[in-house]
Amino acid sequence: SLVNCLLQTVMLNFLEGSCLSGLMIHKEQVNLSITNNHGLSLVGEDGTLADTLYKHVRILCWVMTGPNNLEKKARHVKATWSRHCNIVVFISSVDDPDFPTVGLNTKEGRDQLYWKTIRAFHYVMDKHGDEADWFLKADDDTYVIVDNLRWILASHSPEDPVYFGRRFKPYVKQGYMSGGAGYVLSKEALRRFVEGFRTKVCTHTSSVEDLALGQCMEKVGVVAGDSRDTLQRETFHPFVPESHLTGTVSKTFWYWNYCYYPIVQGPQCCSDLAVSFHYVDPSHMYLLEYYTYHLRAFGYKYRYQPPEPNVIQDFNAPDKVETGDIEEKLGVDQQEGEKKSPELNEKL
Amino acid sequence: MRWRAGETDSRTDTTFLLFSGCVYGNECDVVASKCEQSSVLLKELRSSMMSEGSSFMKGLILGGIFCLVMSFFETFNSGTHSEGHEHLHHHLKPVSKDELQKLSESQMSDWTLQVRVYCLIMVTPKLLVHWATANDTWSKHCDKSVFYTSESSKALEAIDLQEQDEWARLRKAIKHAYENAGDLRWFFVARPTTYAIIENLKYLVLDKDPSQPFYIGHTEKSGELDYVEYDSGIVLSYEAMRRLIEIFKDEDRCPERGHALWKTPEEKQLATCLKYTGVFAENGEDAQGKGLFNKKSVSSLISDSMGQNPADVVEACCSDMAITFGGMSPSQIQVLMYGVYRLRPYGHDFHDSLTFLPPNDSDND
Repeated sequence: SLVNCLLQTVMLNFLEGSCLSGLMIHKEQVNLSITNNHGLSLVGEDGTLADTLYKHVRILCWVMTGPNNLEKKARHVKATWSRHCNIVVFISSVDDPDFPTVGLNTKEGRDQLYWKTIRAFHYVMDKHGDEADWFLKADDDTYVIVDNLRWILASHSPEDPVYFGRRFKPYVKQGYMSGGAGYVLSKEALRRFVEGFRTKVCTHTSSVEDLALGQCMEKVGVVAGDSRDTLQRETFHPFVPESHLTGTVSKTFWYWNYCYYPIVQGPQCCSDLAVSFHYVDPSHMYLLEYYTYHLRAFGYKYRYQPPEPNVIQDFNAPDKVETGDIEEKLGVDQQEGEKKSPELNEKL
Repeated sequence: MRWRAGETDSRTDTTFLLFSGCVYGNECDVVASKCEQSSVLLKELRSSMMSEGSSFMKGLILGGIFCLVMSFFETFNSGTHSEGHEHLHHHLKPVSKDELQKLSESQMSDWTLQVRVYCLIMVTPKLLVHWATANDTWSKHCDKSVFYTSESSKALEAIDLQEQDEWARLRKAIKHAYENAGDLRWFFVARPTTYAIIENLKYLVLDKDPSQPFYIGHTEKSGELDYVEYDSGIVLSYEAMRRLIEIFKDEDRCPERGHALWKTPEEKQLATCLKYTGVFAENGEDAQGKGLFNKKSVSSLISDSMGQNPADVVEACCSDMAITFGGMSPSQIQVLMYGVYRLRPYGHDFHDSLTFLPPNDSDND
């Protein structure tokens, strides 16, 4: 009956609140996160720009996994792309100090996904809120190129309430971000998410994690950002590269009705600076790591020359000599305090 | 059982000769008399096998002894040959980064011109899908790419050599390429089932003088012969091509059509002919010693590495400057194009001393 349903909801919310605070106390003792000290450098490269971004665009990655997938999937995430995050946390239903994973007192299963997500964001806010500027969620079959995520995020402020991912259009007015392709919240967005649960503006509305989160984001005034590159090519992808590049996503598939921006198939489907792919199995993870960070064509002049984010000047030491290009691009005020991003306003 | 006369320059050939001819003692008598190249030893064998019952066993034992004797002689002979040829098992690496940084502007532009590549892609209508893929993808990165076919196809353009024999076709293609090279000095021979990153090929031969003989790829050994595996691509310098054209005229040492009823693969015939001109196969590898020429696909190599080096899959797998891969489907090649020529992590720059521009007529790189 309706009364029962209401009672249950109230009980659950109450339990949820006390549960969350209980969790925080328990987790103090053991460090179950992985902090990487510096970006990885490639053989024979000049990684100064990547290093600068590593220091100034700090990303915490949390990976949704479970006890049955540690050896099958999460292990390969750990061996590949998660090494490029500033901090990485593997979220499971059970603590595992060896892997390490954080267990958040959920069960396993698709219906637990939003619970895991809610608790995961609360956990990372509590433990690492001050150590990162951006907070990425990914699955254990998502492949993320964190350096490219930094390129996108560098032009935005972590104090802005914004989140990025592969934007879908149904159900939510401003759209919401695909869960599988991964999405990233600014620090302010994360604050508002956590605050939303405290004030009950946001609750566990459904187990469809990405949609439910998207609805919460809209409620608390967090903007759904445009993550496309300067040629309007998508960076977050809900499938493997082959599907997008060879145009093999069937026209009757849900995908065609979901994408917020016009779908492009073939070579222009995907930015050179792609951020994520989904449904990536273990051998594919290593393949993508090889293609991204290793295999290259000697001396090749890339067709796409991405502009440097206009805050690089701010990131570097004042007495360093910068090239002429960067000086020109710098139309941004260099005052202390709130940094506003012109791109953000355009994309609203 | 047919008695097969043929070359006896390898151990296995010799043994085969004997066994194929003499399985049944009775038949041996009839067959042996038909053999054009019977030797004294073989006559002795025949007579010794006349006795019933034990003729088969005797044939086996004698064949085995003969085989051992022949191999002993072979090793002895090749022992005296190899002293003067330390060139065998040569490993060829790219120029070092330090050397590259010392280059002057003019030397850089000289090398950019010198390192241009003529691609010979040996196709057949049966391989139409791979032919089309090569046409759409990597062949555009060659300075000149010519498709040589066994017979013409309405779908795609090629030079029709009208030749079914693979070795004869290769010879014709090489002759044509040499005559039409213009001022190109490096040649890359591949089947369309191979995928090549031409820029990395240029990197490998950057500091090598094409007026010297070079014959490079993934080397394999067959008896005493080092040869470059066809499936992972063959690189030849202008001088190697010139010597090849010369030796093609020698019908004894480098015949166009072999006398054997079974055929030696073209890759070995090529190696043999080149060897007569003093050109030896060299294995192309990177500074760490990793092979640059692969006949397997990227995913296959990754799988192998996951099995063999689970703690370090990508590092142990394949070279960053790999030149060829094989056996990849058209979709896999689209992903490879994206992976090589587009996908990269922002902020990691390689200030390569030379620049190669993208081709004019493609959209997947």
